[in-house]
Amino acid sequence: MEWLTQPWPWYIAGPLIGLTVPLLLLIGNRRFGISSSLRHLCAALGSQRPFFQYNWRAESWNLAFVLGIALGGFVAGVLWANPHPVALNPQTALALAQMGVSADSGFLPKELFSWQAVLSLPGALFLLLGGFLIGFGARWAAGCTSGHSITGLAALQLPSLLATLGFFVGGLISAHLLLPWLLLWR
Amino acid sequence: MALLRSDEFEVETTQQAKPLQGLRAYLPYLLAGAFFGVVAIRSEIASWYRIYEMFRFESFHMYGVIGSAVLTAALSLWLLRRLGVRSLEGEPLSVRPPDPGRYRYILGGVVFGLGWGLVGACPGPIYALLGSGYAGALLILLGALLGTYVYGVVQSRLPH
Repeated sequence: MEWLTQPWPWYIAGPLIGLTVPLLLLIGNRRFGISSSLRHLCAALGSQRPFFQYNWRAESWNLAFVLGIALGGFVAGVLWANPHPVALNPQTALALAQMGVSADSGFLPKELFSWQAVLSLPGALFLLLGGFLIGFGARWAAGCTSGHSITGLAALQLPSLLATLGFFVGGLISAHLLLPWLLLWR
Repeated sequence: MALLRSDEFEVETTQQAKPLQGLRAYLPYLLAGAFFGVVAIRSEIASWYRIYEMFRFESFHMYGVIGSAVLTAALSLWLLRRLGVRSLEGEPLSVRPPDPGRYRYILGGVVFGLGWGLVGACPGPIYALLGSGYAGALLILLGALLGTYVYGVVQSRLPH
């Protein structure tokens, strides 16, 4: 049963993720997309803005789905925890070390995600800012990596290609310019 | 469905408008989510390190995952259509067509990417990391909810 705790290669993981698309269609004709859940949560929390005035209960399957994702995260991340750190390309680890980010501590860098980081003002602002851009951008683009880069591309929908290119351009700017600059402020 | 304006692509409620009846109806979705959550952790797509490595072009892993996921999904859609398969409730399957418009996808996409490149988690992994017990994921989720809300406030002033 070692495969339960060891990382899965791309050619196993990728097809499994791809199968989520037909799975949700077969269960109830639902389009695989995760960021909509953020809108439903805002609506469920009672936002009065017109953008959140719709029958979110009709879309509540999506909330059950993301609750399931958290459950899966608990099973794989806690019950079947992988004791080894992520096997990064040594070049990547070196570049990280030069920015003061360790690559030997586990699944996420402790400098960014530990309680210590979360409870420091720059650390908390960093995570909130990243989350804000993700939430804002996903709604503006009407979808995130799951809805566009998996479902939309597979359905050969042109807008999803535009969005995916946008995701990548933004990510490159962050990883190469914004991140090194922000890490100086810690 | 007339309640929605420019974001119909996400929450269009045509033939699948009816809410689920009873808690048992949610179970398949909960299990499908759990399946996805396990894969997100085991494939390490929820790891900040893997995202950073991808944006530095120093590993094939993420490209392999996304590429084979799209290929598998595309083949599945083709096969389902070809066989005329219906959902468990007997409806013909459909992947909703997106909104017209170009700017929203490019500009919104770049904004999303900026966040993705910083905190290394897209929405799916955020939930998976929450379940794994990472405190940081809670702040990312909080930020994402705030970003979603602010979009809802300024939506009409943005190009779409």
